[in-house]
Amino acid sequence: MKPKVAFYWCASCGGCEEAVVDLDEKILDVANAVDIVFWPVALDFKEHDVEAMPDGSILASFINGAIRNSDQLKIAKLLRAKSQVVVAFGVCAQLGGIPGLANMSDAKGIFAEVYRDGVAPVRLHRENGHSLSLPEFFDTVVALDRVIDVDYYVPGCPPTPKIIGDALGALLGSNLPPKGTVLAPDQALCEQCPRKDTRPEKLLLKELKRVHQVVADQQTCLLAQGLACLGPATRAGCEAMCIRGNMPCTGCFGPTSRVRDFGAKALSAIASVIDSNDEGEITRILEALPDPVGTFYRYSLPSSLLGRRRME
Amino acid sequence: MIRLTIDGKTTEVERGTTLLHAARFLDIKIPTLCYHPLIKPFAACRLCVVEVKRSWGMELVPSCHVACQEGMEVSTGSSHVLAARRLVLELMLARWPNVPILRKYAAELGLEKPRFASPLRDEREDACILCGLCVRACDEVVGASAISFAERGIGRRVATPFNLESESCIACGACALVCPTSYIKFEAEDHRGKPPEFLLDPNTAIYMPTAQAVPKVPSIDRDSCIHFQTGGCQKCVEVCEPGAVNHKMVDEEIEVEVGQVLVAIGYDTFDPTPMAQYAYGRLDNVYTGLEVERMLNSTGPTGGRVLLKNGKPPRAVGIVHCVGSRDENYHRYCSRVCCMYALKFAHVVKERSGAEIYNFYIDMRAFGKGYEEFYSRVLNEGANVIRGKVAEVVQAGWSKQKEGALLLRCEDTLIGRFREIPVDMVILCNAIEPRRDAEQVGRLFGLSRSPDGFFLERHPKLDPVATMTDGIFVAGCAQGPKDIPDVVAQACAAAARMMATISKGEVEIDPVRAEVMEEYCSGCRVCSALCPYSAISYVAERKVSQVNSALCKGCGTCVAACPSGAMTGYGFTDRQINAELEGVLAV
Ligand SMILES: Cc1cc2nc3c(=O)[nH]c(=O)nc-3n(C[C@H](O)[C@H](O)[C@H](O)COP(=O)(O)OP(=O)(O)OC[C@H]3O[C@@H](n4cnc5c(N)ncnc54)[C@H](O)[C@@H]3O)c2cc1C
Ligand code: SF4
Ligand code: SF4
Ligand code: SF4
Ligand code: FES
Repeated sequence: MKPKVAFYWCASCGGCEEAVVDLDEKILDVANAVDIVFWPVALDFKEHDVEAMPDGSILASFINGAIRNSDQLKIAKLLRAKSQVVVAFGVCAQLGGIPGLANMSDAKGIFAEVYRDGVAPVRLHRENGHSLSLPEFFDTVVALDRVIDVDYYVPGCPPTPKIIGDALGALLGSNLPPKGTVLAPDQALCEQCPRKDTRPEKLLLKELKRVHQVVADQQTCLLAQGLACLGPATRAGCEAMCIRGNMPCTGCFGPTSRVRDFGAKALSAIASVIDSNDEGEITRILEALPDPVGTFYRYSLPSSLLGRRRME
Repeated sequence: MIRLTIDGKTTEVERGTTLLHAARFLDIKIPTLCYHPLIKPFAACRLCVVEVKRSWGMELVPSCHVACQEGMEVSTGSSHVLAARRLVLELMLARWPNVPILRKYAAELGLEKPRFASPLRDEREDACILCGLCVRACDEVVGASAISFAERGIGRRVATPFNLESESCIACGACALVCPTSYIKFEAEDHRGKPPEFLLDPNTAIYMPTAQAVPKVPSIDRDSCIHFQTGGCQKCVEVCEPGAVNHKMVDEEIEVEVGQVLVAIGYDTFDPTPMAQYAYGRLDNVYTGLEVERMLNSTGPTGGRVLLKNGKPPRAVGIVHCVGSRDENYHRYCSRVCCMYALKFAHVVKERSGAEIYNFYIDMRAFGKGYEEFYSRVLNEGANVIRGKVAEVVQAGWSKQKEGALLLRCEDTLIGRFREIPVDMVILCNAIEPRRDAEQVGRLFGLSRSPDGFFLERHPKLDPVATMTDGIFVAGCAQGPKDIPDVVAQACAAAARMMATISKGEVEIDPVRAEVMEEYCSGCRVCSALCPYSAISYVAERKVSQVNSALCKGCGTCVAACPSGAMTGYGFTDRQINAELEGVLAV
């Protein structure tokens, strides 16, 4: 009998599902090697099908997306019970991801912003003796490992085909990596960057730029060109895809294993190149980063030390 | 060695010495025309004849050409000799009656009127007397062979090939230099001995860079040196007795490995142009301190005399203290040396020009040993010292009498009056400021600078010559304005500190330091830019950063900064700190 696997999406954009489909013909190898027992985006299995399975009968569940509502929480817990291994797939499940930026507000604030003066959704609606319910929309988005035990992490927004392939290989192989491993290299991206050698020994800048303000040179380290490239703080594994596309790294592979708070390290990497001791000048230079949370915590706000904004 | 007798005096000379040289050693004068010490003898003019005793009688020989022989007996002033020389001159004067050198020798030989007249008579004073020195200099010395004798007999003359402008001539001027009649003239000016500020280039091909050059050795200007153009000449090599001239030397970059460095790069002086009220660069005869130092120098443009631009000595001189120092708009600090050098100027300028002296000061800072005494002395010499900051320097007026004079306006705070003082010259005692490249040098050696821009010592009292970077010391004005005695004392202290480490032979370092976990390092170099001690460098071969543990002070900056957590601090690893926190919080 082939090992059983499940895929599920929580608060995510669907890109991680797309990434699995993106495996091209390799998806057939996967389909040959395993039995997919649950994959709402592609196959018609229902929640009760999973409920009917014995505990631990699924080899691995790949859960992408952050936990933002009670429905996602319920299914995450269900899959945890039925699976031997749970993999947080993609940076939203790993660290909270882009949906995690909602932690700059809360449920009330978000509804006010989104529905303005329109009809806001209600959790429970009764009509003629019938009732309709919606899952609870949490105030705070959290990463998967805050609600269930997670065995492995596959980073990326979304994970690249190579990373997914390597992760599957590792899980199907005989030597399982230690629990808690992020299935990607444990060095920063600069290591894999084709532009690494062009970075000066002492990089000091008097000006930072935003991507729409320059046509970046194709060969030179982007940070050296004044673009806030987070490569020094971001885990390698993407093979510097963005850099090859002449765009700075935004940090979607998260930190290395030795770093507790990604944004703080990324911030320190960028701050370290600012060549000034003058408060006014520093403020002027930093005007090129009008959204520091969105820049440094774009994918990791829920798992940062602070976790969310304090609401008054 | 060879023994011979000249005019009855016996002497010993080396083999190969000419009779002319031997006679000159004995201070016996022999006239010459076609001879030059740097050119091979040619014996064309026969003016240098002397009489040599031979077995067959007396023989007249040209002394410039004939070598001394054992036992020779020579007479340089016999009647035969003098008659022969007179005849030579008579024949030459017949053709070139007005050439000064011929007339001079003729007068020395008592020749009043030559007996002959020549149909080729040439009345010019600078006529060519066909001595051939120029031709031989160009050929033998320079190696250019641009000129030669053309034609023969009475048509003989010095010429370039086909009388055309010669392409071989390198315009070195050697021909003109040796020509005894100035028939060949070289139009370039001879700048030897003139101060370098009047020239764009060095004044000779081999020259002393400045009169007080250290080390005091000449250097060769490749562009003007004949040798580098023709491969010839090298006359400097011939005349240099210690054999120190070497044309093969080239500039080279030398790498020296050292363990300690003393940074003593000195200072720059403040440019007073932005202080428009002092008219520097706008009105004549307004000078900075350094310019006046140069003027007072005996090898300077005026030979040490105090002169105005029109060449006359000044009648009154104003000396302005604190220009750019103790000034909120420029430098807030005191430059420490200006008051004293201003008083030095007062003394020297008065002594050399007799001018009336006015010093304008804010406070008189005569703090050093013997300085207050010097101040009293200058006061006794009659310098007028006025306490007040000069407001402006202006043109004195337009009348003929006042032409060129300057007016200094200031408030005399001791008498509480506004004053206007007419002077001919104004000396601005401009501030000492950090060298313009102090920032780069500081970065190179990992030195911090105090707010005034000078390099910061480790501790003003306890460690005044060391810096925060081990092995790097500072001394002199690089550390702050000071006068020469203080510079020397500080430099000696720094040298002693360095010697102490050398004689000890080893250094002790703290065990707390940082190290790169190379397997995790991405080579992003965030750390190396931040290390305040320049302890981190990038290893290009392995593409990782590396900490030099002898330089690392264990400050931990890099450990906190490493964006991928690849840097660890011994004694303060994350595990250790987390364990400590857990311990503290477990209570
Ligand atoms: C107008 C004037 C008059 C003065 N008169 C007096 C006086 O009468 N008596 C007195 O005691 N003091 C006097 N001073 C002060 C005196 O000039 C200084 O105290 C003294 O020169 C400082 O010595 P220093 O060695 O620190 O610096 P400097 O004399 O400036 O020497 C620094 C040297 O370092 C060299 N250097 C710089 N950068 C580098 C580099 N990167 N690599 C290698 N070499 C480098 C420079 O070429 C220079 O030779 C006067 C100063 C001024 C401006
Ligand atoms: S900072 Fe960015 S562009 Fe520069 S070397 Fe690192 S990953 Fe490459
Ligand atoms: S900051 Fe860290 S990753 Fe970057 S070069 Fe230094 S040790 Fe390596
Ligand atoms: S601990 Fe401080 S001194 Fe040592 S290498 Fe790191 S930044 Fe430099
Ligand atoms: S000087 Fe001796 S021959 Fe002319």
